[in-house]
Amino acid sequence: MLHFARWQIVLIVLTVVVGILAVLPNLLPRSVLADMPGWLPKQQIVLGLDLQGGAYLLYQVDKEDYVDKRLRAVTNEVRQSLRAEPRIGYTGLGVVDGGVQVRVRDANQLDEARERLSELTNPLNQSLFGGSAVDEFELTEASNATLRLAFTQEGLDQRIRSIVDQSIEVVRRRIDELGTTEPSIQREGEDRILVEAPGGEPEQLKGLVGTTAQLTFHLVDTSISGEEAMRTRPPAGTMVLTTSEDDEFEPARPYVLEESPLLSGEDLVDAQPGFDQQTNEPLVTFRLTTSGARRFGEVTSRNVGTPFAIVLDDEIISAPVIREPITGGSGQISGSFSVQAANDLSILLRAGALPAGLTLVEERTVGPGLGADSIAAGETAAIVAAVLVALSMILVYGLFGVFANIALVTNIVLLMGLLSLLGATLTLPGIAGIVLTMGMAVDANVLIYERIREEGKAGRTPILAIDTGFARAFNTILDANVTTLIAAVILFQLGSGPIRGFAVTLALGILTTVFTAFLFTRLLVALWVRRKRPTAIPV
Amino acid sequence: MKLLTLPSDTNIPFMRWRVPAVATSLVLCVASIALFLIFGMNYGIDFRGGSVVELRFEEPVPIGELRSDIGSLNLGDVQIVEFGQPTDVMIRVEEQPGGEEAQQRVVIALRDMFGEVAEFRRVEVVGPRVSGELARAGAIAVVAALFAIMAYIWLRFEWHFAVGAVLTTLHDVILTIGLYSATQLDFNLTSIAAVLTIVGYSLNDTVVVYDRVRENLRRFKRMSMPELLNLSINQMLSRTLMTSITTVLALIALFIFGGEVIRSFTFAMIWGVVVGTFSSIFIAAPLLITLNLRPNRTGGDDPAAADDESAAGEAAAAEPARS
Repeated sequence: MLHFARWQIVLIVLTVVVGILAVLPNLLPRSVLADMPGWLPKQQIVLGLDLQGGAYLLYQVDKEDYVDKRLRAVTNEVRQSLRAEPRIGYTGLGVVDGGVQVRVRDANQLDEARERLSELTNPLNQSLFGGSAVDEFELTEASNATLRLAFTQEGLDQRIRSIVDQSIEVVRRRIDELGTTEPSIQREGEDRILVEAPGGEPEQLKGLVGTTAQLTFHLVDTSISGEEAMRTRPPAGTMVLTTSEDDEFEPARPYVLEESPLLSGEDLVDAQPGFDQQTNEPLVTFRLTTSGARRFGEVTSRNVGTPFAIVLDDEIISAPVIREPITGGSGQISGSFSVQAANDLSILLRAGALPAGLTLVEERTVGPGLGADSIAAGETAAIVAAVLVALSMILVYGLFGVFANIALVTNIVLLMGLLSLLGATLTLPGIAGIVLTMGMAVDANVLIYERIREEGKAGRTPILAIDTGFARAFNTILDANVTTLIAAVILFQLGSGPIRGFAVTLALGILTTVFTAFLFTRLLVALWVRRKRPTAIPV
Repeated sequence: MKLLTLPSDTNIPFMRWRVPAVATSLVLCVASIALFLIFGMNYGIDFRGGSVVELRFEEPVPIGELRSDIGSLNLGDVQIVEFGQPTDVMIRVEEQPGGEEAQQRVVIALRDMFGEVAEFRRVEVVGPRVSGELARAGAIAVVAALFAIMAYIWLRFEWHFAVGAVLTTLHDVILTIGLYSATQLDFNLTSIAAVLTIVGYSLNDTVVVYDRVRENLRRFKRMSMPELLNLSINQMLSRTLMTSITTVLALIALFIFGGEVIRSFTFAMIWGVVVGTFSSIFIAAPLLITLNLRPNRTGGDDPAAADDESAAGEAAAAEPARS
């Protein structure tokens, strides 16, 4: 075991050198790094959000909200389809138990109605490579001439999947506007989106991500007052919405609005924050698409003198009166905004609306102050732990303790090197993992040294004792470390964020421990034996 | 240069104390389970949902004053504790009724109240949906780890060892849960990490002892089981002590200097290392007797191993060829 071929020595030394090179970028400032030759590794260890401060936000697509909206839209489609000439008489059209239901008055028209509604089942393309197309809806029929359109499971699943994809796109556009450094936005499981953004204020981020930002313009129905409509029932085809409840100066006011919007967010090409030239109040200016501008022009020329409402996510931002036809294709939204609110709203409008509401189901944010404190605490703990472990090794094993300590330093260097090369994230529990590795890494050396002692006592010559000590300790080291590795791998599977960081350092620590104990320490000892030719058991 | 010598060549009759040792462990296990059943654990927001907010005020704030301020917000059960230093407090608010959106109300209310006077160092909100999933995932992880490790040890050793190792580990897990229950330390995802690390460490220790038992079984075919276990434990004693000492030293450094956030994690780990060391000696080894690893055979059936000494000698003689 004490003989090393030259290529083996070269390989071991090379590994250590690569480890050192991989760690170096972490110790150098970025400016120096940029000037170094290209072949050197430049990756630095990524600090987890708990160390650099930042927000971990887990959102879930609001399925109910989507289903609700979609069913309402389908109800409208059904109405239009049945009203088309020749008209089919119907009754009881509405959403019942998660499906759209309608009863055909005249049983003779049932076939025709079925024909028309079956066009609304909306086949979705499953994939490029064949596979039968999936229908979004299924048309079923009850005994009393009642037809029902309900979601198919596959159709809904596929919808949710594409909604998550679209939402990720929208969220990315919004966050990019903020200019935050390297946010990570990814899908989690079936219907979730994980947003991780370092640094800064989480509140603005949460406002930007969590807002659906569905903007619509509606004409106000002035035939009945909002208060009255709330007491009785709004006329058919209208709905009652209120102005913002958060406004301190004005209580929420109800308005009766036409249900179908004049314009929606899709008709906007641009939105920018600005200021009112007279009052200097912050506002948002927007430009419409050509078709949007034409429609808006027509409607405003026909309705001079009536108010229209600008609605964001079912809340009225403002309800100005149309004073003259707006044909220029641009306009402005004012609604007692703060500068920040105007800015955020224009970002939201530019990035577009989310296809469905997002619900925040898990939030973890760490301020930069705590992150810095954690790094400092972790560093102190690591240094103290290293000194304590190193001292006890020297006290107990003397020279071989020094070898073990050199191995320990190498071990930590290799571990940090691996973390850098893999671009792994270092978290506070990760630092704990490194410190724990320090404590446990010497175990391999202890096993070897104790074995050498035993073999010496059994009457072997020192060199033979060292040789057999390494050989026999190996199996033990392997078995003992594989079990810990299994625990670490499972921890990684389970974990989120910081805990994953712990599992990663623990697992990598085991790999580097086995390497340093079994190859690097052995090489050190072998070189020493070759030079000293010891005559007594050295440990 | 060597200033300390670890005890070696010991001949401590560990197995003579196995009955009282196992009995003590059983009592502790039963007590742990009883504590768990009666008082339960202080589940953190990861598993129960709710919010945790860590604040740093400009100057020390009396907790009582904070309590009455926050009480006026009607947030239900609220725990307020000093966190590390007098200016820092940790506020834990129970899950609010009304689903996911309702949880955000807590943070908004606290920001309104303290946004001007305190730094929000940490905010964690876990909604009801996620907390249920996290609890399930945590339980699955611990069970899966136990099974995976049992499978590995079964592969490498005889089944007795696998069962012994898992029972020993289970013992450590139960005592760790007992610790969490007795101290009412927050039990959260980090605690699951602690439990799994303890599982890893305890097994490491157990496997090292078992490894030596296996080796001695081949070497001393006629030695009685208690004797053989004693020998194995004594042979490994200095290693067991040394590794526990260095690990505990590292953990103590973490406990004192590693900051408030991971203090409970480190505390559980220290306990786990102590329990794991104890159990690898006093639980893992006796279990091999209980599981009847070596039925009471008294030689004769294996002529090659007629003599302990010559068996050892053979092993030694065969050595140079192996290396």
